[in-house]
Amino acid sequence: MSDVLAVVDHRRGQLRDVSYELISAGAALAEAMDGTLALAVISGNVEQFAATLDREGVDTIYTVDHGEEFNHDVYVQSIEALYDELTPTALLMPNSVNGLDYAPAIAERLGMPLVTDAIDLSYDEILTVTREMYGSKVETTVTVSEEPFAVTVRGSEWAKAEGNGGATIEPFEVSIDESAMRSTVTGFEEVGGGDVDITDADVLVSVGRGIEEEENIELVERLADALGATLSSSRPIVDNGWLPKNRQVGQSGKVVTPEVYIAIGISGAVQHVAGMKGSETIVAINTDPDAPIFDIADYGIIGDLFDVVPALIEEFDE
Amino acid sequence: MKVLVAVKEVATVEEGFELDGTTIDERYLEYDLNEWDDYAIETGVQLAEDDDDIEVVSVSIGPERAEETIRMALAKGVDRAIRVWDDTLAAAELLDVRTKAELFDAVIEAEAPDLVLTGVQAHDDSFGATGVAVAEAAGFGHAAVVNALELDADAGTAHVRRELEGGVEELTDVELPAVLTIQTGINEPRYASLRGIRMAQRKEIDVQTLADLGLDPAVVDSPIELTDMYEPESESNVELFEGDANAAAENLATVLREKGVGAE
Repeated sequence: MSDVLAVVDHRRGQLRDVSYELISAGAALAEAMDGTLALAVISGNVEQFAATLDREGVDTIYTVDHGEEFNHDVYVQSIEALYDELTPTALLMPNSVNGLDYAPAIAERLGMPLVTDAIDLSYDEILTVTREMYGSKVETTVTVSEEPFAVTVRGSEWAKAEGNGGATIEPFEVSIDESAMRSTVTGFEEVGGGDVDITDADVLVSVGRGIEEEENIELVERLADALGATLSSSRPIVDNGWLPKNRQVGQSGKVVTPEVYIAIGISGAVQHVAGMKGSETIVAINTDPDAPIFDIADYGIIGDLFDVVPALIEEFDE
Repeated sequence: MKVLVAVKEVATVEEGFELDGTTIDERYLEYDLNEWDDYAIETGVQLAEDDDDIEVVSVSIGPERAEETIRMALAKGVDRAIRVWDDTLAAAELLDVRTKAELFDAVIEAEAPDLVLTGVQAHDDSFGATGVAVAEAAGFGHAAVVNALELDADAGTAHVRRELEGGVEELTDVELPAVLTIQTGINEPRYASLRGIRMAQRKEIDVQTLADLGLDPAVVDSPIELTDMYEPESESNVELFEGDANAAAENLATVLREKGVGAE
């Protein structure tokens, strides 16, 4: 028997989508390994979470009722205890911000090989993981010829599990060693409020690293004005302090779904795409024909934004 | 107080690159300081500027070529640098987080820092795991994806913000010694000054081998193997507007107007 243990993700009372995707990834892996799929639900309203997570492919759901919010020390101790009890072959975790706060620690503690940010998994006597490198420019496969192993899976790559698994729900007692806790969560804060809500806009003109200098932001502002659009941006523009945080589209910023999204000088890193792929029409202007943004764009111009944007402004200012 | 900053030189891939087996053809690679590490360096240097008793030491795993990048860190204000490398490391793939954790842990044991700063991830292999694994190996506290830091050295606490998804930040207190993985945007990394660059030439880069660190060559052995690299299949349905900028803009404008953009 080669079993899979998947650890679900939740935050502030809500299960995160990646939890259902982990079930799909875990169920497929368990089938390939001829084993079972167990879920670990750690902290929060574990009973309610467990009931919601009882989807097709889940055999057992272990609940660790300790505290409300995520704490990596609690997660590491709980997963270690579950591992000792269940000795799974595969440990699946989310490649979320919180996943990356405990997955490397538990893999290190248990001495397991770890492969992060999987976009596909297959198992045929050994594990093969598909993952990207060099900012999504290439895909790679890596094999892991040691068991047990640990993998974190990227969000939105697997379908969300549906149906009913008829899983057994088992409360699992872990005596958390409070003296080994080295960090305390003291609160949460929503950031990026302010004057503009980019999630409300019908048309977004979004600017990225290709704009090169702060003083060039004015050029895309003029385009947004000419189009009657709202200005947004990718992460580097906000990191540089050229636009405020409330303009940021992406995983750590806002998720937007406008009618038209015009990406200017944005390469289309996965974190950005996560925030705008639901847009109805996507337009990309970029010098790099290999830029991943063209994979999801409906219309595109391969060209220098400093030539194209002024020409476009002229079209609409006429 | 001592701050150890992990600094990685990474390759970025140029446009129109070609593959060479399971690597990218060397001609299309450009080597530079890992973007996240630039912010980690700045974090360390700013701490040292605020407190004369703080020494900032960088540690890198990398070949001699990486010394150019390490000199940049020294030019920005890092006090001294350690570079771990030897023939065994040069022959290894170094994809296994456990290997890197052991190497860094050995350096941590020798240096005994109070705070270790790493980037959230490296641009090249994008594992995003080394910092947290190092914390576990060293028995340090940690916080991943930190975008604000206030250090209370007397209380032995780092007050941090962790950048979660969707514009939410988690406020966390971490006991020192600790490893923090630093997110881009936490500060504005400085450019090295001419004076800094001159001074960096005189600073020490201490090269350590596995043997120097008391590690067995078997530390590089790993069951993780890169078996294939390829350009992702494009599922693109993009309609490209060709021609010069004016022609392309005109065609795009027509489509945008059809979608109701720019209508009064």
